[in-house]
Amino acid sequence: MALTSQELSRIAHLARLDLEATEQDHLLGQLNNFFDIVEQIRAVDTSGVDPLAHPIDVIAPMTLRLRDDIASEPDNRTANQRSAPAVESGLFLVPRVIE
Amino acid sequence: MKTPISSSQLPLHDLPLRSLAEALRVGQVSALEVTDHYLGRMRAHQSLAAFLAVDEEVSRSQARAADARLATGVQSITAPLLGVPIAHKDIFVTRDFPTTAGSRMLAGYRSPFDATVVQRLADAGAITLGKLNCDEFAMGSANENSAAPPVGHDTPAPVRNPWNTEHIPGGSSGGSAVAVAARLAPGVTGTDTGGSIRQPAAFCGITGIKPTYGRASRYGMVAFASSLDQAGPMARSADDCALLLSAICGPDLDRDSTSLDYPAEDFSAHLNDSIEGLRIGVPAEFFGDGIAPGVRTAVDAALKEYQKLGAHLVPIRLPRTALAIPVYYIIAPAEASSNLNRFDGVKFGHRAKDYVDLQDMYKKTRAEGFGDEVQRRIMIGTYVLSHGYYDAYYLQAQKIRRMIADDFQQAFKECDLIAGPVAPTVAWKIGEKSRDPLANYLADIFTLPASLAGLPGMSVPAGFGEGGMPVGLQLIGNYFQESRLLNAAHRLQLATDFHLQTPPGF
Repeated sequence: MALTSQELSRIAHLARLDLEATEQDHLLGQLNNFFDIVEQIRAVDTSGVDPLAHPIDVIAPMTLRLRDDIASEPDNRTANQRSAPAVESGLFLVPRVIE
Repeated sequence: MKTPISSSQLPLHDLPLRSLAEALRVGQVSALEVTDHYLGRMRAHQSLAAFLAVDEEVSRSQARAADARLATGVQSITAPLLGVPIAHKDIFVTRDFPTTAGSRMLAGYRSPFDATVVQRLADAGAITLGKLNCDEFAMGSANENSAAPPVGHDTPAPVRNPWNTEHIPGGSSGGSAVAVAARLAPGVTGTDTGGSIRQPAAFCGITGIKPTYGRASRYGMVAFASSLDQAGPMARSADDCALLLSAICGPDLDRDSTSLDYPAEDFSAHLNDSIEGLRIGVPAEFFGDGIAPGVRTAVDAALKEYQKLGAHLVPIRLPRTALAIPVYYIIAPAEASSNLNRFDGVKFGHRAKDYVDLQDMYKKTRAEGFGDEVQRRIMIGTYVLSHGYYDAYYLQAQKIRRMIADDFQQAFKECDLIAGPVAPTVAWKIGEKSRDPLANYLADIFTLPASLAGLPGMSVPAGFGEGGMPVGLQLIGNYFQESRLLNAAHRLQLATDFHLQTPPGF
């Protein structure tokens, strides 16, 4: 099934990507070529097969570790904010969201 | 250009990494001399576009510190790489060098910490020469997708294969492979999500290994597809890779939730073991019509060499090999779209200059910061994870992923390791496939299955194919069988000299 330009716009919005109108047709063609080869997976009978997330799960059941919720790292705010685009008084600045 | 050292007629950059470590230990050469020599080579070969960042003063001060430790004597056990210069793929974050992941999004980014792999290699005594070019966020098979200007260049430039500079080096660890092949570093790090260590290693005639998923920490690796990403070394030989891999692998349980609680290992211990009686599985699916004649001839010759060494070839089937392409290109973009959500122009990285509100800032920032291939994959990933398509695509792909992994377990009942080509062709010309993303995806067919299964895999130089370009033999082992892979590769390298050949002019 082919992706439409409406769907492309919806996905671009979900992905927070501002696509130029001129790029859209080109991208739509590329994505549809891609989904042509993807269609073959829908014909595979996977009944009774569990999805595999951590590959080692194939040989031994894997559960992701959880650690105790305690602060273990030192406060490193200055270093962590060094590459931020806009900072003031240790806070990240963003455009106004509440009027 | 060539700087002989007293013990040997070899120029310094022709010394294998293990010999270099030994020469440093016994004081035949100083870390500063070696570092300066390699920095000089890096400067002389900037046209290859292999490096994205260097800081000669940082490297030299690390070298001086190594020389001070070497002068105190016995450091070999705790620091087996003391004074050996290496370089890191620009996917690993580093405190002392900028990290861009090949993206405009991270131009000028400085990490407040070192990746675990970087830290472990530094703990082993290695010196950092700089950061290596790669496809943006490790997405690509040709290293034509880097958006970061290489050292000595004002604008982004394709990485060039030293065997023929009109050809691509492979990707995404293209800069890494080129640095080793052109003798700009004796060993480097790479990362492999769908073949990004093995394929460029094959295309540049060097040796590279991706360990079992979870053996090398992903902490501090800029995330692409978290259930697939794995770090590994690239060097001239299996012998050198074993030394580096021993430093890289080990549990990192507090910092990487997918790191395995599986002990570190000395991967050099079994390099010389006999391979008499080793059963090598040869999958029919890896030798179909799409494989270039020159690649086939080289791989067949390598398999014959193994028979001479006493190994047995066993025909096996990996029936879902072709399905690995759509399965991988659903799972990897899905994980990428999720991982790359963090680039929103708020906490680090690029932010658009003009925007009307927060949503507009996100959208413009991401459209400006991400290159075409990254945007394509984010779109694919967002789509297959979106409401109404998740079951049909993402979940279905994860189920087939298990079937592919099960196929390998079936195969390993009949063989000890699996061998075949790394890629269907040799390195193609720069620009030849750059307008056709799908052609790049299809060329990953032989590396994707082991990635999806999380198995260790490596590329070993196996001669030359079309146009005199290098061919790689792929070896795939069962989980935690890195030692056996390196052993088989090393035995082949004792019997052949493909890994010793240097591109003319380097």
